[in-house]
Amino acid sequence: METETPLKLDDAVELNPTHHFRWEEPQRAHVLLYPEGIVKLNETAAAIIEAAAGAPSIGDAVAVLVARYQHDDLEPKIIAFLEDARAKGWIRVKS
Amino acid sequence: MPKDGSGLSLDGLGMPLWLVVELTYKCPLKCPWCSNPVDFERYGNELSTEEWKSVLRRGRELGGVQLGFTGGEPTLRRDLEELVAEAECLGYYTNLITSGVGLNRERLRALKAAGLKQVQLSFQAPERALSHDLVGVDVFDQKIDIAHAIKAEGLPMVMNVPVSRYNIERTGEFLDLAEDIGADYLEFANLQYYNWALLNRAELLPTRDQLERSEAIVKERRERLGKKMTIYFVVPDYYDNRPKACMNGWGAIHLTIAPDGTTLPCQEARLIKTLDFPNVRDADLAWIWRESPAFQKFRGDSWMKEPCRSCDEREKDFGGCRCQAFLLTGDAANTDPVCAKSPNREIIDGLIGCARGDQPVGAEKLVMRDIRKRLAGAEAGR
Repeated sequence: METETPLKLDDAVELNPTHHFRWEEPQRAHVLLYPEGIVKLNETAAAIIEAAAGAPSIGDAVAVLVARYQHDDLEPKIIAFLEDARAKGWIRVKS
Repeated sequence: MPKDGSGLSLDGLGMPLWLVVELTYKCPLKCPWCSNPVDFERYGNELSTEEWKSVLRRGRELGGVQLGFTGGEPTLRRDLEELVAEAECLGYYTNLITSGVGLNRERLRALKAAGLKQVQLSFQAPERALSHDLVGVDVFDQKIDIAHAIKAEGLPMVMNVPVSRYNIERTGEFLDLAEDIGADYLEFANLQYYNWALLNRAELLPTRDQLERSEAIVKERRERLGKKMTIYFVVPDYYDNRPKACMNGWGAIHLTIAPDGTTLPCQEARLIKTLDFPNVRDADLAWIWRESPAFQKFRGDSWMKEPCRSCDEREKDFGGCRCQAFLLTGDAANTDPVCAKSPNREIIDGLIGCARGDQPVGAEKLVMRDIRKRLAGAEAGR
């Protein structure tokens, strides 16, 4: 497989266009819907996806999340989660 | 994916997250592994447009999110666009599971405008002649056209290949075809042996060697293609030593509605003749899902017998597939005989031992999904 370069703070990411991300009231959770699949996200995962997919860069998303959750050491955790989300095909780097 | 044996585990909080609506059992194709009941012609009394809309509404109120329109061939229903529009309005993510026959560019456009999110298109063969042998009609060229049209409309496409001894040696050609079309997902779905596939099992079941060769080809291509195409390879459970976590558990997240309104925990469950499955024409869907004896029957683990009852994997695979237990052991509450811990595992080993490998294949050896041949086949089988 073509090895992917690790995500950087100035990368911008977006939701995979085959995926829909939304709040599902009966489940009281955000869900990702895609062809024949569904993933229920916990609050943290949903917050990261929401922030990252809507931000000009991952760095901006990290800043928003750090400010919201008042934590300094969030950056590596956010990057690790986004790497995982990219590997699962939920998000991709904007070209 | 909610595929048999996918290992999917999802807590739906007791809601039917996944609705499968079989709009009709009618289909122009005659696939000899069809998942519809072998006596499908007995259930002709299809729900009306308004009845389907009501089912969709109640399903959504119960927590349904993913919705699959299937059949038979769902595009034979002229109200498909109307039902997709209703589903979109209710907030479902709608999937269309089709052979492609009955679709054209205009209909695709209308379905997309109505809110359809993706199309799963079946390919039984990577070329015309084998396709004809396997489905009994000339539809290959039409499928190719529709596949390109789906891509042209910008809809995500899952290319679904029902894998048997009759096409497993063509794995590489299927991969080429999917690449050429630009499928987003390619799913090699090895047949699971129920209904028509069970009738033809002796002919269709591949050997372990064939499976391993096919999987190796898939693996190699997966590495080369990376993220361009997602390739799933669903192994036939006979070759596993643990059962699939069938439907993520009985009555856990899946709800199927058959063409005549019969409700089922999975598409095959109708074959468990010892259960009485309620119909949306007679009972409210909320009662059916939450309280009906049929949906309660195998929920949780209190129904389990040994070896499941004391097994520390029972929460992982829920004892496997109730339909398979019923078909192969005569009791739906038995451990799925696929499990190596099942006292009935020898049944599976016997079947695997009879797989015909590279012995000659021939369409005349298959009981096709049409009534005339089925009867002739049953006679010949006696």
